[in-house]
Amino acid sequence: MSTPLTPTAPTATATALALGDDALVLSHRLGEWAGHAPVLEEEVALANIALDLLGQARVLLSLAGDEDELAYLREERAFRNLQLVEQPNGDFARTIARQLYFSTYQNLLYGQLASGDGTFAPLAAKAVKEVAYHQDHAEQWTLRLGDGTAESHERMQRGLDALWRFTGEMFQPVGGLDGADGTGGVVWPALRESWTASVSAVIEKATLTVPTGPQEGAWAAGAGRQGLHTESFGRMLAEMQHLHRSHPGASW
Amino acid sequence: MSSSTEWPLWEVFVRSRRGLSHTHAGSLHAPDAEMALRNARDLYTRRSEGVSIWVVPSAQITASSPDEKDSFFEPAGDKPYRHPTFYDIPEGVKHL
Repeated sequence: MSTPLTPTAPTATATALALGDDALVLSHRLGEWAGHAPVLEEEVALANIALDLLGQARVLLSLAGDEDELAYLREERAFRNLQLVEQPNGDFARTIARQLYFSTYQNLLYGQLASGDGTFAPLAAKAVKEVAYHQDHAEQWTLRLGDGTAESHERMQRGLDALWRFTGEMFQPVGGLDGADGTGGVVWPALRESWTASVSAVIEKATLTVPTGPQEGAWAAGAGRQGLHTESFGRMLAEMQHLHRSHPGASW
Repeated sequence: MSSSTEWPLWEVFVRSRRGLSHTHAGSLHAPDAEMALRNARDLYTRRSEGVSIWVVPSAQITASSPDEKDSFFEPAGDKPYRHPTFYDIPEGVKHL
């Protein structure tokens, strides 16, 4: 690795890495559906969302350094994404649950960033329109799967339950976004409140049950922002990076 | 992909710019109208092709039959006087 990429990078860089890695990793996971989606129309929808996220990741990682080096030459522990976005696709319902949780969060977060005048406001203002569509896509599917057949209902509930324990991490303050630079930054407890209200409304409308989380102060999954990742992330990275590592500088 | 045959087919009409008519863009499968609209957005407007989309259940479209082609369309073939260009504009007529 030519550039040392340490967790103690300057704040704007660390912030760009956290947001950029979320977008990059989720983009790759969604890309894994190509050729495997239940229907052709949905395959294009997921690929479109993946490409939106990849575009966001490129801008963010470019703020932090060389985008290719950051994406293809970092080790697992240097990634700062949430553990939620690295979770395997599972069945379609689990992918939708992951989309519902993350896109609701991203829409709220980017909405707040866009309304401020911080470093990330211009990027957020552009991305928030894309993300609003991602959230709508996830909500539409949550409603249809939840209020669909007995099997789709059960699978959707299972997806929501399985990923719930990764949602707490989203509300750990991301350095550089909490208003320290006087830009009237993100108020994390309020973000969590809005997120919970929004997600709960969709889940209940879909005739599903809102999962219950660990009690305050109890252990919960998630230390992705500190570079700790779950088992499947290493395998995902190996696949994502192998071409670049096998043929450095390859292009076509 | 076999399950896609269980979803109804929809015809997609896209208006490319304000002031133009919606034009048939293609068709797709979707479980209901709302999802058809979203699928149409993803399939037919991802390169900025449109500002408005209509989706119509394909089953709701009544089409002319190829068997009726002769009686439907051929009679118009030898009636050039139905085109405005058939007529010469008289001298001195303005605003035409």
